Amino acid sequence: MKRTGAQAVIEALLQEGADLVFGYPGGAVLPLYHALADSPIKHVLVRHEQNAVHAASGYARTSGRVGVCFATSGPGATNLVTGIATAYMDSVPVVIFTGQVPTSMVGTDAFQEVDVTGITMPITKHNYLVKDVAELPRIVKEAFHIARTGRPGPVLIDLPRDVAQAPCEAPIPEQVEIRGYKPTYKGHAGQIRALAKMLSEAERPLIFVGGGVVASGAEELLVRLAETLQAPVATTLAGLGAFPEDHPLSLGMVGLHGKPYANHAFMECDVLFGLGVRFDDRVTGALDKFAPQAKIAHVDIDPAEIGKNVRVDLPLVGDARTVLEDLLPLVQPGKREAWLKRLQELREAYPLTYGRGGDVRPQWVIQRLGEMTRGRAIITTDVGQHQMWAALFYGFTKPRTFISSCGLGTMGYGFPAAIGAQLARPDAMVWAITGDGSFQMSMPELGTAVEQNLPIKILLFNNQSLAMVRQLQHFYYEGKYTAVRFSGNPDFVGLARCYGAEGLRITKQEEVIPVLEEAMQNGRLTLIECLISEEEMVYPMVPAGAGLNEMILPED
Amino acid sequence: MKHTLAVLVENKPGVLTRVAGLFARRGYNIESLAVGPTENPSVSRMTIVVEGDDHTIEQVCKQLHKLIDVIKLSDITQDPHVGRELVLIKVNAEPHVRGEIMQIVEVFRARIVDIARDSLIVEATGDEDKINAIEAALRPFGIRELARTGKIALVRGSRGKVLEADLSEQENVSQTG
Amino acid sequence: MAIGDCGAKSKLTGSQIIIKALQEEGVDTVFGYPGGAVLPLYDELYGAKIRHILTRHEQGAVHAADGYARVSGRPGVCIATSGPGATNLITGITNAFMDSVPLVVLTGQVGVGMIGRDSFQEADITGITMPITKHNFLVRDVNELAGIMHEAFYIATTGRPGPVVVDIPKDITTQTAVVERYPPPLNLRGYRVCREPHPLQILQAARSIARAERPLLFAGGGVITSGAHEELKALAEKQDIPVIITMMGKGAFPEDHPLFVGMVGMHGTVAANYAVGECDLLIGIGVRFDDRVTGKLDKFASKARIIHIDIDAAEIGKNVPAHIPIVGDARLALRALLDNLPRPAVHPDWRARIRAWQEEHPLHYDRNCGLKPQWVIEELHRLTGGEAIVSTDVGQHQMWAVQYYPVKRPRSFISSGGLGAMGFGVPAAMGAQLARPEATVVAITGDGSFQMNSQELATISFYRLPVKIILLDNGYLGMVRQWQEFFFDRRYSYSDLAAGNPDFVKLAEAYGVPAVRVTEVSQLTEALETALEHKGPFLVDVKVDREENVLPMVPPGAHLREMIVGG
Repeated sequence: MKRTGAQAVIEALLQEGADLVFGYPGGAVLPLYHALADSPIKHVLVRHEQNAVHAASGYARTSGRVGVCFATSGPGATNLVTGIATAYMDSVPVVIFTGQVPTSMVGTDAFQEVDVTGITMPITKHNYLVKDVAELPRIVKEAFHIARTGRPGPVLIDLPRDVAQAPCEAPIPEQVEIRGYKPTYKGHAGQIRALAKMLSEAERPLIFVGGGVVASGAEELLVRLAETLQAPVATTLAGLGAFPEDHPLSLGMVGLHGKPYANHAFMECDVLFGLGVRFDDRVTGALDKFAPQAKIAHVDIDPAEIGKNVRVDLPLVGDARTVLEDLLPLVQPGKREAWLKRLQELREAYPLTYGRGGDVRPQWVIQRLGEMTRGRAIITTDVGQHQMWAALFYGFTKPRTFISSCGLGTMGYGFPAAIGAQLARPDAMVWAITGDGSFQMSMPELGTAVEQNLPIKILLFNNQSLAMVRQLQHFYYEGKYTAVRFSGNPDFVGLARCYGAEGLRITKQEEVIPVLEEAMQNGRLTLIECLISEEEMVYPMVPAGAGLNEMILPED
Repeated sequence: MKHTLAVLVENKPGVLTRVAGLFARRGYNIESLAVGPTENPSVSRMTIVVEGDDHTIEQVCKQLHKLIDVIKLSDITQDPHVGRELVLIKVNAEPHVRGEIMQIVEVFRARIVDIARDSLIVEATGDEDKINAIEAALRPFGIRELARTGKIALVRGSRGKVLEADLSEQENVSQTG
Repeated sequence: MAIGDCGAKSKLTGSQIIIKALQEEGVDTVFGYPGGAVLPLYDELYGAKIRHILTRHEQGAVHAADGYARVSGRPGVCIATSGPGATNLITGITNAFMDSVPLVVLTGQVGVGMIGRDSFQEADITGITMPITKHNFLVRDVNELAGIMHEAFYIATTGRPGPVVVDIPKDITTQTAVVERYPPPLNLRGYRVCREPHPLQILQAARSIARAERPLLFAGGGVITSGAHEELKALAEKQDIPVIITMMGKGAFPEDHPLFVGMVGMHGTVAANYAVGECDLLIGIGVRFDDRVTGKLDKFASKARIIHIDIDAAEIGKNVPAHIPIVGDARLALRALLDNLPRPAVHPDWRARIRAWQEEHPLHYDRNCGLKPQWVIEELHRLTGGEAIVSTDVGQHQMWAVQYYPVKRPRSFISSGGLGAMGFGVPAAMGAQLARPEATVVAITGDGSFQMNSQELATISFYRLPVKIILLDNGYLGMVRQWQEFFFDRRYSYSDLAAGNPDFVKLAEAYGVPAVRVTEVSQLTEALETALEHKGPFLVDVKVDREENVLPMVPPGAHLREMIVGG
């Protein structure tokens, strides 16, 4: 086998089915780019490395496959950090290759040298510094295995230039054998029986699902479980799309900005079945007031998540889909009419409402978009108010259609993620819902989207401020608004046009439908700037230290 | 060649990570690293055995010095010093070989600290050669598990009032600040 | 608010302590971006006598703080929230670390009780930044906050400067503590700075200088940091020693001075690179002997004894063995050398040789065909009289700026040296302009680099910072393309940006920044004049010759003499 280390990487990528790479070249990674030029792998050149990881992450979340990206040493690698941390917090499988200075210079503070493996230790599932080219094929194979199995996550391979250029005779191994890594898929049989009993006997069960359901592909089994039990299903932000929101048992999102009736349901359920969730602080509110009447069962593939934040009565380590397969035959069908009736009362007593605002209501725009796309578009979001409105008002019906930075809350994620999503699903309609603050963090990627001919629709809610921060200042800091006003905002429509994209603007409510229709039909990269009032708030909102039912709701 | 470094560090969270990260980042090989508190509760002592040529060791020392939480560092390889390591060895010990094992234990002035039906745990303290020797002597019986602490060391003689000296230096720093 | 006049027993919140510390440390400008975890701090910032510059991406904030620090010589300060806010700073922190720039970086963190639980917007920022900071702190007790703030500034600004991160959990900013006085005593028994050089080493160095026939002074960023440029000039003139610089040393010695030879290294001048090979004494001051400077080590300065003066003992002997190591502050060391060298010297033969190399191999490019990037910079130099503060991004334009924009003064040329971080130039220019409001600040950038932080046009526009952006637009990642041309069979694998590049003039205009495009030689001078005369920010998009190369070039891993000089 006469090939270089770089060629061995390309060979391994092809074997893993990675046909698309996002990246940005630079000195130390040039051998990899040299090998890439000869290969059938498609490369998408981004404008900032941060967006290469975000795009790879959007690709991975939409396709269910491993996203791949390349960057050079030094600043190329440090520019990835936010993207890697974002993928890590949301358990997204991404394999990242960074160039490194030649092995002899590692540790000497050489030009464009940084300790990437050291920096990324807290934010990767695993990482490697390759010192011997003979190990490279095995490392690439392991990296993909680690990234996609168990609880998925980002894996980084730091590849010194001399290693990439050295002849590599080692073959790619057939099998992966890692002594310290053996994720548990199959749940413990006794615990599954106990869970079945707990659920079957519950009077007011509530199923609470997160990103783990999407990652394991358990959505159909979940519908069957919910219907068999006649149990309502609530989701986390990352779990949106795991259960169709047009289903009568759907409660939608729960948590800090959860749907009011979903938050109330948590206070009343007697069994809470958490499936592929982390019981994150944004979901639970004050822990001592969380699900006070419920026994809690928690299924997750990551044993470290179980019992981390909430007390668990029934812990069960395993993959969501595998566990549901084993669980379903054991649960007793039920009717639970009283519970369903109570839930209906909650829906009527605590509906989701907008609160006050200007002429164009962002919530209303997103609801119309949900109707016009029948809840089937792929929606990526940035971070802030618009993210919560999208989560609350769109109405997701399919898994892998809501792509958002949930755990890290990374502004600038949405648009590059949409680029990855559109490349993963060229046939699908992809909408990037964003805000003026977030969009400015990754706006140069307009060039990438134009170059790749991607007909992404960008719906930009412009309130000329960092409005989620403003909202917090409104509620917690007596309306002292510091450093949230963006008076230097660009003309976003003009900006889109200077990249050769379409730019449209919504200033009045009657323009909403025609503009959305035009964007859906034009087949081009389109930015819609939608001007909204900075007075808009995200309701409901659970204040810090309060229970889920102690929400701030609109006054009117 | 192997060098033994005696390092006094702030007893704070994260200091071990800083030292370990530095070795990883600069590509130095740690043979062993032992750490524990000292007679001054705000100070920990690390004994690091590191393999490398003089140039490497010089760099290791200089880079360690730069860590803000490293209070004092000395390469005591050439100084007369007492170096000790502790090992626990769980060895197969069917009744008919126990006598033989006891003899080895005695020769090495080690101790038996646990007895099970078919195994023993032997505790031995000594310098590296002695530890290696007892390990070799017990190996034919079948070693089930083994744990070594890594070397700890102190310089011989009356030198070593380092802590008080450092505390007064600290006051000097505060005055210059 | 008790700030400024706090009595002996008054209690301050964590946020008030931070603001007080900033004021006591003399900070007048901070760069930042708010978010949940730093809201209590921002609440306190409201109405405080500190100017806050809101950028559009945290990376812009930290680079701006860096630019501010490099130009002013004072520590730069930036604030970001936890999680993504903090991770967005990483490149900027690394950049400051590699170039020894004093920064104090304040990051929000989730509440102490939430740490380690993967909470919303939680990232282990002290863990992540351990390899890229001079030091970092996670504040676990509000009673330690004032001390930590003081230590952070002290560590950042003394010795070899560098970035210090202070990670502050949200609840710490709302808890209260008594601050008796600021600054509180330092508690840094592991941190000692050796500023005074050892007299015997100085004596030995002075003897070597007196004996040398072909001495060469080699100045790096440390000369600028310590403010040793006057002493450097005095030593050079008195002992008649030619001077070469690293890129970080640009400004340490006036480039119009007859003793100035040029920059050394991969894109150094022929004369400078030859001089290193021929000198018999190389006096490195505040330099790192970085790989970009030395080329292949075994023949670097092979005829010379080496004196290496640096405040960081770990730099001495790291890459190149020093015959006379001197640990200490560059300024104090140069003063001591001057005191020990009372008699002037002359080296006419040596200087004649260098002059011959300079005359034989000047920097050159083809002036007669097309719109050459080098000429753009020469014109800029002419029109600004060489008096502008220049910041650059990274790539070909950076090297051309080094080569064709000679400067006279320290702190007038700022660029990402060790890390080579694209996207540095424009935000750094913002920081530079805020540090020196009266100065002409020019950001020389390329189309690739500019797009990495082009969002900061909004910041420039909002604060009306009169930064001039000169964009050398070749539609390529030009330096990558050059390497591909020389070393990878001209295969331009993913280095062509032209197809996805925006119309940069319209882009600037979308931010309300006036701009012109230059496509012909005849348009350039007028465009530059317009930009320089305009009161506010201005962008000039120059469509330069696309495949121009930076020459001379020492191929990576080659000896300094093995330069590609070009035709």
